[in-house]
Amino acid sequence: MYGWQRWVFSAALCAPRGLALSLLESAMPAAKPAPPIGAAWRAWERVELALDALFGARGNPLRHLGALGFLFFWVLLATGLYLYALYESTTDGAYRSVDALSATLIGATVRSLHRYAADGFVAVTVLHLARELFAGRFTGARWFAWVTGVILLWLLYASGIGGYWLPGDQLAQWSLTATAEWLDALPLAGLSIVRNFLSGGQMTDRFYALLAFLHVAIPLTLLFGMWLHIQRVTRPDVRPSRALTLGTLAMLIALSLVKPATSMAPPDYGALPAAVPVDWFLLFVHPLMDATSPAALWGMAALVTLLLGALPWVVRVRREPVALVDPANCNGCGRCFADCPFGAVVVEPRTDGRRGAGLARVLPELCVSCGICAGACPSSTPFRSVAELVTGIDMPQLSLAEMRAALERSLADLEGGPRIIVFGCDRAADVRALARPDTGVISLLCIGQLPPSFIDFALRGGADGVLVTGCAEDGCYYRHGNTWTAQRIAGEREPHLRVSVPRARVRVAWAAAVELGRLGAEIEAFRSALAKLPPAQRAVRRKRKEVALG
Amino acid sequence: MRNVLRYAAQVLLYVAFGVALGYFSSYPVFRVLAPGQALVRLSFSHGAQPIGPCRERTAEELAKLAPNMRVKLVCPRERAPVKVEVEMDGKPLYQVTAAPAGLKHDGVSTVYRRLPVPAGKHTFKARLADGPDGEFKYVAEQAVDLPPGKVLVIDFNVGKGGFVFVE
Ligand code: HEM
Repeated sequence: MYGWQRWVFSAALCAPRGLALSLLESAMPAAKPAPPIGAAWRAWERVELALDALFGARGNPLRHLGALGFLFFWVLLATGLYLYALYESTTDGAYRSVDALSATLIGATVRSLHRYAADGFVAVTVLHLARELFAGRFTGARWFAWVTGVILLWLLYASGIGGYWLPGDQLAQWSLTATAEWLDALPLAGLSIVRNFLSGGQMTDRFYALLAFLHVAIPLTLLFGMWLHIQRVTRPDVRPSRALTLGTLAMLIALSLVKPATSMAPPDYGALPAAVPVDWFLLFVHPLMDATSPAALWGMAALVTLLLGALPWVVRVRREPVALVDPANCNGCGRCFADCPFGAVVVEPRTDGRRGAGLARVLPELCVSCGICAGACPSSTPFRSVAELVTGIDMPQLSLAEMRAALERSLADLEGGPRIIVFGCDRAADVRALARPDTGVISLLCIGQLPPSFIDFALRGGADGVLVTGCAEDGCYYRHGNTWTAQRIAGEREPHLRVSVPRARVRVAWAAAVELGRLGAEIEAFRSALAKLPPAQRAVRRKRKEVALG
Repeated sequence: MRNVLRYAAQVLLYVAFGVALGYFSSYPVFRVLAPGQALVRLSFSHGAQPIGPCRERTAEELAKLAPNMRVKLVCPRERAPVKVEVEMDGKPLYQVTAAPAGLKHDGVSTVYRRLPVPAGKHTFKARLADGPDGEFKYVAEQAVDLPPGKVLVIDFNVGKGGFVFVE
């Protein structure tokens, strides 16, 4: 990317944000996310890892719940267009047209796909909420995704419940009446909406037109909300992998054929159906209100919304320092901008007269303090022989100089058999528990903070091998950190690991927090493999080390 | 072999997801009323009488007003609450006093209530008072046969002479 393109891109990314969010910015909660540790998260992670073994990380539904939400939305949109074309929004037409639709195989299947996609959408959204909650991914700069997510819940339910009103059957009647009873519990100047649904008189053509309009307008608002929801993450995971997409669609189609959605009888205002087939994903609110009261349902809805919405401010965690740019070491190359998972770095034109295309600037309110930018900076190399090691963009809580000092200490302390340096991450399996005389460990904020040159440096400094670990594939707590690291090591992403580094001496083994035991085994397997490497190579390294250490 | 097992397990999990979606999209069914019950819905919106009588302004009071505002009769804006009592087979079923809506209490009083009752033949008697004196000026009685699941709406509409029983 050329410099000017980057500025245009940065500006385009920031302008709408700036407009829409500057008001909210001042209210930002503490920036350091809560630790994802907790019994719920550990249990969740175990299930997720078990599913990895079956589906692979890319095909694992639990790792791509938000993306599945998008998939369900697109299914709803496509099937919704078809239904809309055949729907008659009139008193007599509503029931008749939906019933006629269900009489054909295609119509019945499309209708059923529409219904089951809505249910699936609710299911994955609730799971997505639970996952972000358990992982503690709602504090700091993430408050925005969290709060917009809570609003999405309302829009999702308003869209889904509104859909059940359109077929004009007894289920629609029941849901409309219950919703009206609920709305009437608001102190609205003696309004009695429910009176409209006690006899068929008010179910006019215009009323059906209104229902149909609502069922277009609210889902479109939902789509806008979904767009807003992912504004603060870069490269959002909105497209499930091909396997996950095909699997989900096949499941929906099979279900639609096996159990097509049907209507109840047309409404009878003089009698209630003995039993209503409730869609518990969407319509559970009606029985809940029946068991309590309209006011209680309002109370519960308000409480859940407030508790969830306030969570980023209620769970206060220590605010970690954000990334800092050092203008003297930044030439505006834009790699930090490209790698930041939260769009918290922009590159701007230089005004300080120094060399370079531009200058990086950190937007503190968007920064989650992961350090991935420091790992992306080409100035972040431990080989530089400057008096004080300073890089272009760095983390005050674990600077590049501190990382190098820690590595040098580790290297100097290594003793015995094939000597391994393990680079890990604070969010994944805790490598500190694996330190041994022949195994030096360095835990970073995120594995994405690791500049690949550190691997080279460790090997030249006396390590026989370097093992890089971090969160499970597609499971980086900070998003993208492990992916970028793997790509840097594979030479697919800048800054890359030098080609001359012997790949047999570098191993990547991701391990989630609950996989410490497996990581230990991986290290031992690596050690055995290292022991089998031709000694010549090791001798060269020793010699180099002696030279290096003088 | 391992892969075959993996795919089989994947299919199984997709099927489990589908079964969960299919099942909970309509089961367990919800019983709107307990077996053997019918429903009475008491529902109306009615603007009650003003809380007090109107009176004529004195000549002195009138003189103080702007010439275009000199209306003789002044009436209180506030309305009386509406009192309703419903009896079934001679026994009280429900009673309520509904305050008028609005900050100045000058709006309508609205009542909506679902009253599940045992199915069968019943005689309903309803009374309504809408004046400051609380006197039940509207009274109506109706015998109805309510099979299970039947809905009886008891509405109130002065234009239709008071209580209306809609079966
Ligand atoms: C319509 C429903 C929703 C859809 C389609 C949706 C979709 C998404 C997507 C695609 C992402 C980006 C994931 C990534 O690339 O890492 C995301 C992130 C997120 N979502 Fe949702 N979401 C929905 C509802 C919710 C709800 C109800 C909540 C919680 C209240 C929520 C909380 C979050 C949070 C906190 C993140 C940020 C994760 C991070 O910062 O790493 N979302 N969502």
